[in-house]
Amino acid sequence: MSEPGSPVIASRTRSKAWTAYTADPLSVVGLVIVVAIVLLAIFAPFVTPYPDHVGPTGDFAAMTAPPSGDYWFGTDMIGRDLFTRIIYGYRLSLIMAVVVLAIATPIGVIVGLVAGYKGGWTDYILMRITDVFLAIPPLVLAMAIMGFLQPTLLNGMLAITAMWWPWYARLIYNVTRAEAQEGYVLAAETVGASTAHILFREILPNCWPSILTKMTLDVGFVILMASSLSFLGLGVQPPTPDLGSMVADGAKYMPDAWWLTVFPAVAILLVVLGFNLVGDGLREAFEAES
Amino acid sequence: MLHGISLHIQPGEKVALVGESGSGKSVTARLAMGLLQDQKRAHVSGSIWFDGIDAAKGGPEIARRRGNRVAMIFQDPTSALNPTFKIRGQFRDVLRSGDRSISKNEADRRAEAALAEVSIPDPKRALDSYAFQLSGGMNQRVMIAMALANRPQLLIADEPGTALDVTVQAQTLKLMHELTEKTGTSVLLISHNLGVVREFADRVYVIYRGRIVEHGTTAQLFHDPRHPYTRALLAAIPKISGGGLPDLPERSPEFESPLIVHEGCGEPTEAFA
Amino acid sequence: MSNILRSLLHRLGAALIVMIGISMLIFAIARVMPGDPARIALGPNATAEQVAALRVERHLDASLPVQYWEFVKSLAQGDLGKSLYTNRPVTTDIAQFLPATLELVFVSGILMVLIGLPIGILSAHFRGRFPDHVGRLISLLGVCTPAFVWGVILQLVFGYFWGWFPIEGRLLEGTPIPAGPTGFYLIDMAMAGNGAGFLDALHHLILPALALAMSGLGQTARLTRSNMNEVYERPYVEMARAYGFPARRIATRYAFRPALIPTLTILGLEFAAMLGNAFLVEKVFGWPGLSRYGVEVILRKDLDAIVGTVLIIAAAFLIVNIIVDILVNVINPRIRLAAGRA
Repeated sequence: MSEPGSPVIASRTRSKAWTAYTADPLSVVGLVIVVAIVLLAIFAPFVTPYPDHVGPTGDFAAMTAPPSGDYWFGTDMIGRDLFTRIIYGYRLSLIMAVVVLAIATPIGVIVGLVAGYKGGWTDYILMRITDVFLAIPPLVLAMAIMGFLQPTLLNGMLAITAMWWPWYARLIYNVTRAEAQEGYVLAAETVGASTAHILFREILPNCWPSILTKMTLDVGFVILMASSLSFLGLGVQPPTPDLGSMVADGAKYMPDAWWLTVFPAVAILLVVLGFNLVGDGLREAFEAES
Repeated sequence: MLHGISLHIQPGEKVALVGESGSGKSVTARLAMGLLQDQKRAHVSGSIWFDGIDAAKGGPEIARRRGNRVAMIFQDPTSALNPTFKIRGQFRDVLRSGDRSISKNEADRRAEAALAEVSIPDPKRALDSYAFQLSGGMNQRVMIAMALANRPQLLIADEPGTALDVTVQAQTLKLMHELTEKTGTSVLLISHNLGVVREFADRVYVIYRGRIVEHGTTAQLFHDPRHPYTRALLAAIPKISGGGLPDLPERSPEFESPLIVHEGCGEPTEAFA
Repeated sequence: MSNILRSLLHRLGAALIVMIGISMLIFAIARVMPGDPARIALGPNATAEQVAALRVERHLDASLPVQYWEFVKSLAQGDLGKSLYTNRPVTTDIAQFLPATLELVFVSGILMVLIGLPIGILSAHFRGRFPDHVGRLISLLGVCTPAFVWGVILQLVFGYFWGWFPIEGRLLEGTPIPAGPTGFYLIDMAMAGNGAGFLDALHHLILPALALAMSGLGQTARLTRSNMNEVYERPYVEMARAYGFPARRIATRYAFRPALIPTLTILGLEFAAMLGNAFLVEKVFGWPGLSRYGVEVILRKDLDAIVGTVLIIAAAFLIVNIIVDILVNVINPRIRLAAGRA
């Protein structure tokens, strides 16, 4: 017999969402992968066996060594421990993904909210601009931007951000268009609420589930895109450890030093897969709660 | 969830299953077609006897009879027809359920005849249309023609035409009545509309929250309702227009009282074959 | 057919507007970025005179609208400028490298549809059972793995270890390169009646095409599955089951066709994404397409060549999407017949 909104009820909804999340064992697997990778990346200096192999030098005595007890994933052509470099690669990838999404999401969300709510010419112009960005294959747009910039970490993030925001604009635009017709928005309009209030206090809260789900999925896909750029030599430059360039460098030594390619390749797969599974689970959880 | 539902339908008989929405009417209809039993969530107890088999068990026995020995008419005919195929293709597949080796020409000929039988003015044109090009009433006729095309023993009509307007609904029932009389097809009518039931059915089952609560001939049931729930239903009729059935606002413990079977409506001595 | 023609014209008009937008965007990227484009293009060793000459040649001293107007004028004449890297017109370069890329992308697109749709259908048909789990795993791995990772793994296993397929290139050394006319080796070989050459070209195509197809294939299977699962709940599928239509026929026709319509729209996007991912796969398999050229001109800051390459790919992307839109209209009778009445 608890009052509405009491802690008992709150915890019940939480556990309902959690039940929905854990209903698919794959979502749990994804969560384990993500937590493991994030922890390894954060504590990289403490958990990696050879943190000094991040730079341009390694153990020249152990060049191109196959996987062993000393070097779990083997070493590269200048004797750097691959496991260490992959963990640092994760660190870099995750930082990139967080920065890209932290910039692209607000831009896209604001464009989508304004275009969807205002309608008319504002809608037409903003969404045609969005369409133009969406009409170029993502990788090609990022490449084109990199074409006029120096290949550095910062510019790589800039290029990916520029191609990422339109997807959020499109998503939020569609949600806003639907929500703008809802009673609670009309009620707020009737009492004379400001546009900013309606956009950010009334409509935006209803977009959070879609935004959070998409952001989770996108951590994986930003990493995928960043590694694709650096695989082409258009991203982070050596000696900074980067998963995409590790695969590109390793491919030159196939098939004898297969580990140089296979481990970074699987590392990319794993992190994208992990965030994808968590994203799918989150979607289920949000649906169960609403 | 259904509890000990037990239905018997004699050859040529018209039986109605009455209850409010959510009482398990449609589920019963689908169980009778063997459509739900392969789902893991379905827990069935009870039996639906028809054509010498227990349809409530599901499985290949009832599956083999679908579309030929037993057919179904849906609530909204337009959404029950596939929007990406012309009527012709769907009608051919219906006829193939009755006769695997039927030729295309023969199927088309029979389809045209079946559509003429339900008074569709230009059967060839109807066959070459998509459901969304025809009116709801036309689609209802197409549906009835399909249902009866293979001369089934049993026709299950799930709220026929409630998605359509009242005149079309009345036409539908009239047409169904005429044709099933002619072919000797038994009908299981699923409805929440007591007016329709009274006019159409020989015998009535009343269902409440997944349980049959009263069973009798139409006359017995309407003149002498014995179960508290049936009484409540009948008492509610005058208050609403159109003969529809209100959601009775309060659950009453009385409604949970056991099944009442009227005289002469017990288990049949011989199963209907 | 006139309704389809009309919708085609309508879509071409919309595509033209987007194309103008793209040209503005690319132009903006090329001009707004910091630094003197002429200096960047010529590199630090060029003399001040050379830089000045290039600035005049490219109208770089004029105002931005004038520059854009010059840019559009030459575009309209089919002139994409000159590559400073190859010292040839950009159109000549692209004409040389584009067919190899398009052949790869088309074959991948075919694989995506031929493998992705059946996996999706089987998954939906056997929902929650073994084939569904396998199908979901394949689509998950497809979607989550970058094309170049598929490339190196397929190359390592089927090329290096098992030797079933060649490691790189479009043809074996010694196989004469077909003279034309399409630049698609499969078609050229077939037209020349060269059976061995055709098989050789196909043999070289399979691994890269599969690597490129995997992501779209996974997405296709995933969407087909979820759209079909939704369609399975519709009354018309229940009707098909109630009338005893065979389960296989329901899966491949009555549930599949309505589910295909929403899937197809996304397929266009996936196909277009392949135009970008082709860059990755081409690098893995040494495929002599636009990729090597594109990356090279980007690293060399070869302005006209970058702009030309991006414009061509964007145009190809738009054309593919128009084709997909038309296909959707043809398949969906509701739209086809509505367009006819209008």
